Amino acid sequence: MVLGLLIVAFPLYLALIASTHTAQAIAQAPMPMLPGGHMLENYAAVLGGSGGSGASNAPVGRMMWVSLVTAMAITVGKIAVSLLSAFALVYFRFPLRGLVFWAIFVTLMLPVEVRIAPTYQVVADLGLLNSYAGLTVPLIASATATFLFRQFFLTVPDELVEAARMDGAGPMRFFFDILLPLSKTSIAALFVIQFIYGWNQYLWPLLATTSEDMYPVVVGIRRMMAGGDSGNQWNLVMATAVLAMLPPTLVVVLMQRWFVKGLVDTEK
Amino acid sequence: MAAEKYAVFKSGWLPWALLAPQGLIIAVFFFWPAAQALLQSMQMQDSFGLSRQWVGLDNFRSLFADSAYLEAFQTTAVFSVLVAVLGLSLSLVLAVFADRVVRGALLYRSMLIVPYAVAPAVAGVLWVFMFAPSLGVVAYALRHFFELEWNHLLNSMHAMTLIVAAAVWKQISYNFLFFLAGLQSIPKSLIEAAAIDGARPWHRFWTIQLPLLSPTTFFLLVINMVYAFFDTFAIIDATTQGGPGRDTAILVFKVYQDGFKGGDLGGSAAQSVVLMVIVVALTVLQFRYVEKKVQY
Repeated sequence: MVLGLLIVAFPLYLALIASTHTAQAIAQAPMPMLPGGHMLENYAAVLGGSGGSGASNAPVGRMMWVSLVTAMAITVGKIAVSLLSAFALVYFRFPLRGLVFWAIFVTLMLPVEVRIAPTYQVVADLGLLNSYAGLTVPLIASATATFLFRQFFLTVPDELVEAARMDGAGPMRFFFDILLPLSKTSIAALFVIQFIYGWNQYLWPLLATTSEDMYPVVVGIRRMMAGGDSGNQWNLVMATAVLAMLPPTLVVVLMQRWFVKGLVDTEK
Repeated sequence: MAAEKYAVFKSGWLPWALLAPQGLIIAVFFFWPAAQALLQSMQMQDSFGLSRQWVGLDNFRSLFADSAYLEAFQTTAVFSVLVAVLGLSLSLVLAVFADRVVRGALLYRSMLIVPYAVAPAVAGVLWVFMFAPSLGVVAYALRHFFELEWNHLLNSMHAMTLIVAAAVWKQISYNFLFFLAGLQSIPKSLIEAAAIDGARPWHRFWTIQLPLLSPTTFFLLVINMVYAFFDTFAIIDATTQGGPGRDTAILVFKVYQDGFKGGDLGGSAAQSVVLMVIVVALTVLQFRYVEKKVQY
């Protein structure tokens, strides 16, 4: 068991260590296994973008910001959009409801990776390349979240609707005053999952951005690695990697309870 | 479909207004592109994008006549089977231990779910760093202790090992959590009964826990296949970039390479369509199975 843990944790430990050394110390195989004394200057260099001779030395601080905005927009957008559509699907009867349900369902089967080229063209035609809208909007529709909320709404007792109607509350009043507070746990769970999803997007931002100041950090780190094996400034690359891992890791570990629940529920 | 509500609101326009944001995004960014892909897959574009020609199924025909594409199929198959089998068995072992452990369970679980939070591209970077031929720690250890000259830039076996390792590592958390949830939902009384009958822990695992986990395992198998097919693009782009040659270029990577680097939009779209068919098949498989096996 301890062995398993070590294998899983080793890559992370190594990244942390490497980010505290100079590039020269790492280039001498085997690299040191204990923390070195260059932590602060590495991180400062990376965040400020004074990386020097790397293939790309755009400031990582800016990338972190782009990542954060993108991830938050995707998360909040997804949750809002799916809450609304799940509400409509569960609490209303209207013609073509079955068709709408299946239309959303089918999107589960079309991950971005499958339809990259045509989606790219649509976004380019709309003039959304290199913008936050282009980075986020195509990823906001979410069948998974819609289904999670739908499942949850179906478990809400019908008496609540009847009581609300008797008290003269309209559908939106019911939605905001009763349904939303009840959904808190599901929202928290989805928040974790979608935040990670948004933060870790790679292929889409790679296509949708061409200018350095719109790279999310996950794409930025890839661009730093163009120097080949020993040409890379590994200490700086690893410092960036640690920075890129930090926010999602914090979210997962701190919100572990909701995360585990949400993950297991989403897939049911 | 699950039970329906019998107490509902009545309004002609409100449900459509509520569905509008989702519907709009889906129409513009899902159905329209998917239709475009279908259309393009049957067209041929000249290299300047000036004219288009209807070619019917020619793109598909040349696709399946292309040995490089068939190789990519093979690579994908090898890669995803390796990732699914290794990933599932490793995380099952970890979950069985985590289920038995009493002290430090929370710490153990927290450590194991961290890879889930790491972006695939970053995971790729971490693994490349460990295995970098001239300075990577693991490459050094291999050379030093096993006299193995590690070079994933030249040796395609090494390259494949590297991407499988990175992909498995990234997916361990997910599998682990599901196995753990599955194990913990098995009634303790079953296991205690077997223990009283004299079954050793190992025996109990094979005859009780593993069979009861089979729905979870099957579900994870499908999920892992889908993961290996699609979500590993970033790992491959950050590590081997499909090389050496094109020995680690899986299908998704090839769609990207041909469409964006090679400029062959018709061919790339045809590949997209093939991929869509695969996903749909996998999803249908999963749902039919889930529906058959509702009672655990």
